[in-house]
Amino acid sequence: MRILEGEGVTKYFGGLAAVSNVDFHVDQGEIVGLIGPNGAGKTTLFNLISAALVLKSGVIRFKGEKITGLKPHQICRMGVARTFQSVKVFANMPVLENVLLGSLFGTSTGTSSADAAREATGLLEFVGLSAVRAIPAKDLTLANQKRLEVARALATKPELLLLDELMAGLNPTEVAQAMELVTRIRDKGITIFMIEHVMKAIMSVCDRIMVLHHGEKIAEGTPEEIAASKTVIEVYLGG
Amino acid sequence: MDRVRTIFKKPFLLGLLGLILALLATLPFYAPPYTPILLIGILMYIIITVSWVIFSGPTGYISLASAAFFGVGIYTSAILGKVLPLPIVVGIGGLLSFCLALLVGAITLRLRGIYFAIFTFGLVVLIKELLLYWEINITHTRGRFVVLESNNTIYYVLLIIFVLTMLTAYFIRRSKFGLALQSIGENEEAAAHMGVNVTMVKVITFAISAIFAGAAGAIMATRWTYIDPYVAFNPLLSFMPVLMAIFGGMGQLYGPIIGATIFAFLQEELTTKFPFYYMLIFGIVLVVTILFLPNGLVGLIPKLWRRSSGGQRANT
Repeated sequence: MRILEGEGVTKYFGGLAAVSNVDFHVDQGEIVGLIGPNGAGKTTLFNLISAALVLKSGVIRFKGEKITGLKPHQICRMGVARTFQSVKVFANMPVLENVLLGSLFGTSTGTSSADAAREATGLLEFVGLSAVRAIPAKDLTLANQKRLEVARALATKPELLLLDELMAGLNPTEVAQAMELVTRIRDKGITIFMIEHVMKAIMSVCDRIMVLHHGEKIAEGTPEEIAASKTVIEVYLGG
Repeated sequence: MDRVRTIFKKPFLLGLLGLILALLATLPFYAPPYTPILLIGILMYIIITVSWVIFSGPTGYISLASAAFFGVGIYTSAILGKVLPLPIVVGIGGLLSFCLALLVGAITLRLRGIYFAIFTFGLVVLIKELLLYWEINITHTRGRFVVLESNNTIYYVLLIIFVLTMLTAYFIRRSKFGLALQSIGENEEAAAHMGVNVTMVKVITFAISAIFAGAAGAIMATRWTYIDPYVAFNPLLSFMPVLMAIFGGMGQLYGPIIGATIFAFLQEELTTKFPFYYMLIFGIVLVVTILFLPNGLVGLIPKLWRRSSGGQRANT
């Protein structure tokens, strides 16, 4: 079943087409990778899905329902959560409160504060941040801030999680931990759509990969197909 | 560090607050007649400051609309004071300010930073000018006389508004609404993507906070007997709450209270003792506070505490 699909998704910045007539889909339970050179429009596509930006034309559907035109908080409550390329944690709030906010506001049904606190504590354990729950988010390392963003996104009980460069700026050990985290999230039954530059990571965890270049989709396929594709090697992977 | 921690934490504090409140409530029976008058000024500033802090404190949106809400209250009193009983007039003053803030908030809360500050300040000027035009060209007056009330009545009404303001500020701060406001101040975009309806939260809080400034304006008008648009929409009253809140410190709920109390007291003392230099002294106090106490007077408490309790271990 298609959990997310887009048809003819287009966005201009001034005269420049940041995302141009892109069709895409993500199936339930998949991990789909989104790759491409800098400025290819990957983050823009995520911003269009999560309604941080309004698209110029095209339509995006979540579980068959049109979500174009909705506000970010509505999309979050429907079950689409995201993290940010440049981390946007609530810097002066304690780690636990960062996650608590997602539990309290991120669902359409509403959560009692006792349940929210229990969930938030559980999620901090899941991402491995229990020990630092009381300190302000700004005092965490980059790797931990990224994990916090994941925990905060998971607190909204998403069915689809958009991860924007979860592994950028992490050292090899941290990348390995992040990859393991991604597979554990999928094992919870959450579908993942992820932007990533770390090739080793994307090739090993993704079921399917989509390649953007100058705002257009130039390839799509299994990691093996993408690694062998001539066009992809030319524009992105290099010879 | 834990900004959600509040002053009501221990029963001891609750008792202390009850005692202070009881003392304030019985004040006119034993204190010299001047004391309630002094306290009227202090309470007014506390109400306006805390009302400003309810919204601007956590979100970081600097509103300069306080004078507009206060002025709406004043004019409510001037227009309706002769026909309606006082509590209703004060209530309507608050309600009209609520409506004005709701309207203005819906239009402007997409503006951020300096643009929001300037727009809200523009609101004060705009209302003043419109009112001036209306009074001169339509009603052919410039000012209006307001029904007088006794100092004790004014004092008690202000005390009630003060208690309501504090309770509201306390409960908003403690509730999940307060957490949402704080997250908006930290990172509005992230808050929206975590499911917070940021526009709704901002507009509602802005409007609720305006009630108290409006109500305070409605009762204060009865002290001044004659008001005109210049008095009612005095721009200085937009800046005072910002200064007082910074002066006292916004990290704790009692910060703005301390700030407003000292400020109002200083103003009273300095205007009588140094009528010519009072603005100068005022300015110096403020500059020194911002330079050396970025967290306000309240920020000084943990600093002193650490110094006195950790004195023996220092110099290592």
